[in-house]
Amino acid sequence: MLLEAAGIKKVFGKLTALDGAALTVGENEFHGLIGPNGSGKSTLMKCIAGAEVPTQGKVSFVNTDITAFTPTERARAGMSLKFQITSVLPSLTLYDNILLALQAQSSLFDLVFSRTRGTLHDQVMTMLTQFRLADRAFDPAAALSHGQQQWLEIAMALAGKPKLLLLDEPTGGMSLEERRVTGELLQPIKQHCSLVIVEHDLDFIRDICDRLTVLDQGKVLASGTVSEIQANTSVQEIYLRRA
Amino acid sequence: MSVVREAIAGDETDDGMVERVAAGEAGKPVEAGRNVLPIVEGVVLVAALLAPLVLQDYLTVFATRVVILALFALSFDLVWGYAGIMSFGQALFFGSAGYGVALLARDLDITNIFLVLPAGTLIGLTFSLLLGGFLLLGRHPSSVIFVSLGTLTGSYAADRLARGWYYLGGQNGIPSIAPMTLGAYEFSEGPAFYYLVLGILVVVYLLCRFLVRSQFGLALAGLRENEQRIAFFGYKAQHLKAIIFTIGGAVAGLAGSLYAFHEGFVWPNMVGVVVSTQVVLYVLFGGSGTLIGAVIGAVIVEGVSFWLSDNYRDIWPIILGVLLLLVILFRPLGLISFVLGERERVGSFGAKIKEARNAP
Repeated sequence: MLLEAAGIKKVFGKLTALDGAALTVGENEFHGLIGPNGSGKSTLMKCIAGAEVPTQGKVSFVNTDITAFTPTERARAGMSLKFQITSVLPSLTLYDNILLALQAQSSLFDLVFSRTRGTLHDQVMTMLTQFRLADRAFDPAAALSHGQQQWLEIAMALAGKPKLLLLDEPTGGMSLEERRVTGELLQPIKQHCSLVIVEHDLDFIRDICDRLTVLDQGKVLASGTVSEIQANTSVQEIYLRRA
Repeated sequence: MSVVREAIAGDETDDGMVERVAAGEAGKPVEAGRNVLPIVEGVVLVAALLAPLVLQDYLTVFATRVVILALFALSFDLVWGYAGIMSFGQALFFGSAGYGVALLARDLDITNIFLVLPAGTLIGLTFSLLLGGFLLLGRHPSSVIFVSLGTLTGSYAADRLARGWYYLGGQNGIPSIAPMTLGAYEFSEGPAFYYLVLGILVVVYLLCRFLVRSQFGLALAGLRENEQRIAFFGYKAQHLKAIIFTIGGAVAGLAGSLYAFHEGFVWPNMVGVVVSTQVVLYVLFGGSGTLIGAVIGAVIVEGVSFWLSDNYRDIWPIILGVLLLLVILFRPLGLISFVLGERERVGSFGAKIKEARNAP
């Protein structure tokens, strides 16, 4: 297994956001994390990515216990995160945003003497082309539409060639057409990367994911293939209850 | 193509992408105001080169002091303007180097320029490495408050220490420091000293310029804008911060040692909070995140103080305070922002930018 999170508990003061949640993701698997608002999806993502430290539980990545790893160490182990709130660097150009992500593992010497920017140029342009942003390469990221900023951010998260990409609500605030394109943009990465995706749009999740985990009140309600989850009565119940 | 897309913002384009450009951004000439920076830098350099030829002697002495303070301002700009580290204790490195070279001159008769300036730089570097290591090199990122209070406390403590320590001259500091020497030549106040510090400023400025325009500079821009984000890319953000903090400390140390020899004495204020705050004001006033802004800020703040104190003997600090407040309130990016656009201030870092931009 690529990622195994087990018995994750996270308490904020009096609030128990996660209460023994678990998540297992295999290689080249697209895994959807769904559940009602406040069920702990984002918190579980943050515990996996290292933005939050779980109160209890263990996270393993490529057979290594990474529970105590910092975000930097996790990134270097091959894990990448796209935040829920877009956090592209608005005053930098798109080109520089991608270069910033690509050069993260260059040595200090290479950075000071700019020894890798020539060799990374093609990769930057390839990423921008892949995410349909090449013609805006030298505009500041702030000038992009919300949807394009999300794509830029996914491109940045993929720049370091991670083994696992964590996407927190990638289609939030997107138009229907932008959602469709996002799905198209994500498909090709399956050849080299697994995906954990938190998303409210169930149609989107159903279209691109292999397996789903449903959280409710900080616990795993069900986990399985998309058709298994669709047939699951307790899952239907919480979504009906919400509706 | 992109212009066309911006013009039809909101419409769906042929490849199905919806191009929505935030209101106000569309049609805005992104490249407007490019290449202002080299012109400003050139003008400042020419003015600085000509200054001693037109200024009276006592003003050349004053101008030398300002150039040294501009070098000090560069050190703070690297740390705050480029890396976003709020150092309220930059004078600690400036002043401790000043005290260090003063002691070398007083106790060991070492005044050779090739010994004292490297020694001062090394003192600034060592102190900033120690303080920066303590404040910045935790396993998890330190908060801005922690770092600003930590540096402030360091500077305040050094001030108290200098005042209370008899060896360092207590309240009076160390007076009558022997002049800096090069063989038999003694650097005393005047045009020679001026051109020496101007030469050093130009060299350090060019080195800083090289650094902030490199890929390392891009990493610093990321650090400044979103430290957490770049940690998730795999950057060792704390290491980057400690490195730039130490470089800043070394530059402050170089400035401090020049200052000690130029003024001929060091005193506790030089390591304290007042001078630490002064350098913050230079950079905010001129424009943080641009090297030339820091230089201009030091020149203008010192120049205006000098002129005001001559002409409005009693109320000049109040006038200066109001001026500083006005700039900080209405030009948060400093005076340089009157001529320098946001795009050029941030700059571009990629290779082959020109060819790519000129491509059809």
